[in-house]
This record gives sequence, structure tokens and C-alpha cells, in this order.
Amino acid sequence: MEKRIVMPFTAEKARELKAGDSVLITGVIYTARDAAHKRLVELLEKGEPLPMDVRDTMIFYVGPTPAKPGQALGSAGPTTSYRMDAYAPQLLDVGLRGMIGKGLRSPEVIEAMKRNTAVYFGAIGGAGALLSKCIKKAEVIAYPDLGAEAIHRLEVEDFPVVVVIDSQGNNLYETGRAQYLAGRE
Amino acid sequence: MREIQAQQITQTIRQLCIDANCHLAGDVKEQIKQCRSCETFPVAQGILDKIIENYEIADTNVVPICQDTGVACVFIEMGQDVHVNGSLEEAINEGVRQGYQDGYLRKSVVADPLNRVNTKDNTPAMIYYDIVPGDQFKITVAPKGFGSENMSQIKMLKPSDGLQGVKDFILKVVRDAGPNPCPPIVVGVGVGGTFDKAATMAKRALLRPVDSHNPNPFYAELEDEMLTLVNALGIGPQGFGGKTTALGVNIEYFPTHIAGLPVAVNINCHVTRHKSAEL
Repeated sequence: MEKRIVMPFTAEKARELKAGDSVLITGVIYTARDAAHKRLVELLEKGEPLPMDVRDTMIFYVGPTPAKPGQALGSAGPTTSYRMDAYAPQLLDVGLRGMIGKGLRSPEVIEAMKRNTAVYFGAIGGAGALLSKCIKKAEVIAYPDLGAEAIHRLEVEDFPVVVVIDSQGNNLYETGRAQYLAGRE
Repeated sequence: MREIQAQQITQTIRQLCIDANCHLAGDVKEQIKQCRSCETFPVAQGILDKIIENYEIADTNVVPICQDTGVACVFIEMGQDVHVNGSLEEAINEGVRQGYQDGYLRKSVVADPLNRVNTKDNTPAMIYYDIVPGDQFKITVAPKGFGSENMSQIKMLKPSDGLQGVKDFILKVVRDAGPNPCPPIVVGVGVGGTFDKAATMAKRALLRPVDSHNPNPFYAELEDEMLTLVNALGIGPQGFGGKTTALGVNIEYFPTHIAGLPVAVNINCHVTRHKSAEL
């Protein structure tokens, strides 16, 4: 049974999600990956405003392919999240509520998620063509010089993700594998 | 002496870049379907269905299967009786430039690993040359994503570590990688040679059809055994648990020094891409 989340993603909505839940997201989210994260955190450290309001929103770790004619955005699957671990806690501490990526997170990120009632979602890595169909509008709002790494504002509709780590710190990478191995014995 | 025009090489590479990124190779598709039919864990079945739906959308709409359209690894098998009119290296890079531009592929290469400014045309390609007898000219383009490349490892084992040491290292690399490289993965292994030779063999092992075997029966058996051991880890598609952690394990080997046992493991994702053409 899929749950539906309509942005903004408040703490109240975040608290209801549990690791393993399938979720469809609708509304405005932002993209950022390695280079953009570095710049965002440099702004925070200088006390300067970010190019977007991150409160109650989600960042999708993605560097999309260029749009073909007729597409809002090209293929857009998640990139591996651990490279953003050095930056994520600072963004969570200023109100970022969700992150969409794939792969493991550091204990520091998970602590920051628990502290700020935030959720880490996994989208299917390598399924960029499929996920692109759920992106209805895309616009570069910062760092166009970074090309695919620029920050995009996306309007998504029923964007499919799975709760990997919930706001209590439960982790599907641990429970999913354990459940499979237990069932096999 | 057979003559080949540089422009012909450029055009072929342009097309191979687009084809490899938008149309998953038949052997990989078949293996994903085969694994889907053997998968018993419901979550994993659902993920594999989405992975199949994804490559079908890419086929139909001619869009990249994955947004990480990779660095262009280009393998050239050139007969020693062939002469290329023009610069071979420039012809290859021009093909990559055109393919990544015209195919709406992502430009993922930075000019300098520390200063990190994007070259904006996905060049330079990573080029591997083989000079072979005859007058053939074969090109293989294998775009390589870095989610999986980053999970690869190499180790200089001791001869006394032996077969068990090699097996343990392969399993360690897959376990360390966990959900990061977009499982189900393809595992390329190079055993022997030197430090760099082992790594290159591991990369070349990924070019072989995923369901193929090393012609040496000892290594063929090791491939089957390692696939079984890897899939017993339970990591599963996307790391959410399941039987299908890997689609295949391909192993290459080469003579080595009396003091050494190099082993390299190059991980690839379920979007393992390779397309070839002969001129």
C-alpha cells in the first residue's frame, strides 16, 4: 500500500513514515549533488541566505541528463548519497526535511535526521528513464555553471520512493536484508 | 595495408555512445529477466519489475537508461595491417563529443581531479588499445557510471593467501559496496598480472556477456561459485534484501610474479553497458 505525500513535507508528515513504506511524492522538490552541496554549506558557514528555502522541503540527489524535446528533464535517477554526508547535517539543522538518494548514510547524518525529524528516501538507482516521467516541470534556480550539477526546482507528480531511514533512525538496509535472510532459513 | 578514415571511426563511436546508453545490451536484459523469475522475495521482485520497465521505456523513447551516462570507456582492437588516416585519438574523442551532445547524454567528466571543472563534452574518453594480427578494426564503447566504479577495489594479496584469499576479497568488496552501486550488480574480477594489469582485466571482464564463462574450466567454476556466494549475502536489488545481489561474476586471469597475487574487483551496476561495432 503506497502512501502519498504532498509538499511541503512537515515534521508531522515525516513522523508518520516508517522504514520500508512506499511513498509517492507530489509537489516542489529541489535537486543538488556534490558541487552544489559544497556551495550551499559554504553559504551557511558565511551566514548568507541559500538560493532556496530548504525548510520542510526535500533535496533529490541527482544530476539529470539534458531534456530531449518534449521532456521537462532528461533521465533522473538518484546518485549515491554518502558523498553528501559531509554536508547533509548542516542542511538538516536549518530545516531540510527529506533527502532522496540511494545507498548508505553515515551515523552523523542519521543522528541529524533524528534530531530534526527528517526522512531519507531511496529512489530506484539506475531507473532514470522511469523516474523522469514523474517530473512535470524543471527549472535551474542556481549555479547554472555546474551543468548537470546545477540546482533545479522540480515539480513532481507521484514520484515513487521508499523510506530507507525514518525519523526514528530505523534502516531498511538492515531490516530488509535481515528479513530476507530470516525467511530463507 | 587496409585504410580506415578517421571520420568513419568518429561516426561509429558517436552512434555507439547513444546506443549503449539508451538500449541495454540483450545479455543483460535476459539475465535480469532470468533473475526476476528466480527471485522469491516480494520487495526484490517489485524492484526488478521496475528495472525492467525502466529499460523498456529507455528502448522505446530512446532516452538514457540511467542519468549517469558515464565516462566513455572505448576499447579499440586494431589489426596490425590497418592504417588510420588522421588522428585516431582525436577521432575517438570527437565521436564521444558528438554522441554525448546529439544523444542528450550527461557530461560527467571534469578536466582535473582536484580543480574539478567540467569539460562540458564528456571528453576525454578512457581509451584502451589492443594491437592484434590481421586487418580488423573493432570498437567497443562501454559507458561506466561512477556509483559502481567508486565501489571497486584492488589488493595485492600474498601467494599464500591463495584461492581462499581471492574469494574472501571478492566477497568483502561486494559486502562493503552494499546498496551503493545499484544492485543487482555485475562483478568484474582480474587476478594476476601487475597492479594495473589486474585492474584493466577487471574492467575488461565487464565487457563479456554477463552469462558467459571464462574458457578455462577452473575459472568458469570459480565464477559460478562466486555468483552463488555473492547472492547468498542477501543484499538484493537496491539493497532492500533478496536473492538477486549480482547478475554475474566474470573473472579474467593472467600470469604473475612469483611474489605476488594481485586481485582487482571492478563493480558495475544493473545498467551494465557495452556496444561494439566492426569497421
